[in-house]
Amino acid sequence: MALVELRNVSKIYQVGDEEIRALDDVTLDIENGEFISIIGPSGSGKSTLMHLLGCLDTPTHGTITLDGIQIQNATSMQLAAIRNRKIGFVFQSFNLLPKLNVAQNVEVPMIYAGVSSRERRERVMEALKRVGLENRAKHRPMQLSGGQQQRVAIARALINRPRIIFADEPTGNLDTHTGEAILTLFRELSQQGSTIVLVTHNPEIAAVTPRRIEIRDGKISINIDKRLAGLE
Amino acid sequence: MNIWATIIVGLKEIWSHKFRSALTMLGIVLGVASLVGMSALVKGMENGMREAMQAVGGIEKVSVIQQDLPPSQSHLADQVVGITMDDVEALKKNATLTKLITPEMSMGRGAVVSHGKKVYRPWNICGTWPNALEMNVHTIEYGRMFNEIDDDLARNVCVIGTEVRDQLFGSFEETGKEIVPIGENININGQLFTIIGMFTRYESEKQKKEREYQMANPSPERMGPQRRTGWGRGGPGGWAFMMKNSTIYMPLNTMWMKFRAASGTGGIPDPTLSTLNIRITSVEEMDAALQQARNVMMQTHFAMEDFDFRTQENWDENISKQVNNYRWSGGIIAAISLIVGGIGIMNIMFASITERIREIGVRKAIGATTFAIFIQILIESIVVAFIGGVMGLIASYGLVELFKILIPTDNEPVIMMSSMVIAFSFGVFVGLLAGLLPAVKAAKLDPIEALRYE
Repeated sequence: MALVELRNVSKIYQVGDEEIRALDDVTLDIENGEFISIIGPSGSGKSTLMHLLGCLDTPTHGTITLDGIQIQNATSMQLAAIRNRKIGFVFQSFNLLPKLNVAQNVEVPMIYAGVSSRERRERVMEALKRVGLENRAKHRPMQLSGGQQQRVAIARALINRPRIIFADEPTGNLDTHTGEAILTLFRELSQQGSTIVLVTHNPEIAAVTPRRIEIRDGKISINIDKRLAGLE
Repeated sequence: MNIWATIIVGLKEIWSHKFRSALTMLGIVLGVASLVGMSALVKGMENGMREAMQAVGGIEKVSVIQQDLPPSQSHLADQVVGITMDDVEALKKNATLTKLITPEMSMGRGAVVSHGKKVYRPWNICGTWPNALEMNVHTIEYGRMFNEIDDDLARNVCVIGTEVRDQLFGSFEETGKEIVPIGENININGQLFTIIGMFTRYESEKQKKEREYQMANPSPERMGPQRRTGWGRGGPGGWAFMMKNSTIYMPLNTMWMKFRAASGTGGIPDPTLSTLNIRITSVEEMDAALQQARNVMMQTHFAMEDFDFRTQENWDENISKQVNNYRWSGGIIAAISLIVGGIGIMNIMFASITERIREIGVRKAIGATTFAIFIQILIESIVVAFIGGVMGLIASYGLVELFKILIPTDNEPVIMMSSMVIAFSFGVFVGLLAGLLPAVKAAKLDPIEALRYE
């Protein structure tokens, strides 16, 4: 069974009398350990797809199974628990909490998960080491460069050992050089076994991943797997 | 979600907006301080009101007084015994709910006291037992009280109040020095008495403060001929202290043998007591104690009901009623100011969550439940109220000091622990109520919308 299974998923927004089909009958499997990019122009429905995959929202029709759990009928409390333990988010604008320092930012998901304070401290240092920021633990987010902030965000996403990581335009606010370093970090994580979904509108970034899904008008238009196609 | 972590997040949030938080807290600080200060003022007032009642013996003192027979028994009027020492002995033996009995034989308002050329009519001249000190809450400042030997020998000795001294020997205000007339002789209705003791000067706390204030800040002297400037020093209850200062006590036997001889029958001076004071063991047993004393006395009076009991219960109830009124009206006004403080907190919490919509979105995305966000906002507002409450308690001491400076002659306000507890818990409760709505609003935010919010 795949890690994530989408079956005939639709998301319909009602704006006045008009129905907007942000996602239209999408069926998709993501296997454990895959490194995928979802690409599409703005308004294509890729954000909606990511919100559904990331359990921030529930579909209008269809079923979504994540790690064996049906989420289309889950309550908001169950969704929060799933987001906390099974999913890691990396955002375009980093979204670190400005009043907390680096270590505290990384710690937050574990607080919600109820991890003991000693274990939290150990795991924070471990995660910071993994992204190469172990000597920045006491800094405030504003004292760091954009690339460093994004690394903190990645450490935060990893901290509860999620089954899958969603990165929404993770390089959008970074210069080319720093962006490449972040992508390299993702590739390393992928090689270490993490399941990663990159959401982007930039084909160059999407080219980094073995598998690429393109969305247009709420439907999957292209689904390429380089390995299956014998390209890699 | 760990409560401590949430409290620390709340404290940090407060610390990062120090000025704004301080202004928010100010509402709670003032509310709590005014609630405590108000109740301290009322307590001071109550103490002032109770002072006069304590001065005449307190609520446990009951006077047994003589009265005419009821109409049904009026044909027995010539056999009436009156209140006598027989009653005292009988009560002593049989009235177990009575812990102190003091007979009094008084001379009435017509009695004249003189020393040299000075003449004075004291309020109360009576013969009594040495335990009258305890019964009527007297304190001897100079000399001594007469004792059982003085009583047995019916000596011509007396103990006087300061007003008697003031009138016969000169007061501190006139002479500029405290005259202690111990050992001096005075004339009481034509008989020579030696003063062996003098009471302290009784006055209400308010009178005392006024006197001290006037000594420290003398008012400009009035021009024109000397005159009395009117009654009413010391406010309500001042009369109780006036009467108490204008007292002369002598041994009961002295009074009986030296002043009652003329009105006796068969060579025995008239043994009728003018009053019999008893002190009951506790106010709760007032009804039982009176019933018991009545039963005993009905025995000694051969079922003739020529006596009656007089208590201070009405007075006491009036004080309680009045104090309760002040407490409620003041309390409601102070509580309104606390609620206004709470509205201030609510306002700031709404501003604070609007500022942090994005943060709330992020927290939800990384796993905060609706409940966790709700608790976080609620705790922040409780923490504000808690700190404000603590500061309010501290401020209430300052407020009471301020009262003392502004009204130095009034009764001293007394801060009560119970009012502090009530004000503090009410303040925190208001903080909790104020946090509810903002917390619900924050908790209900949609994570996707919140993450997009700029």
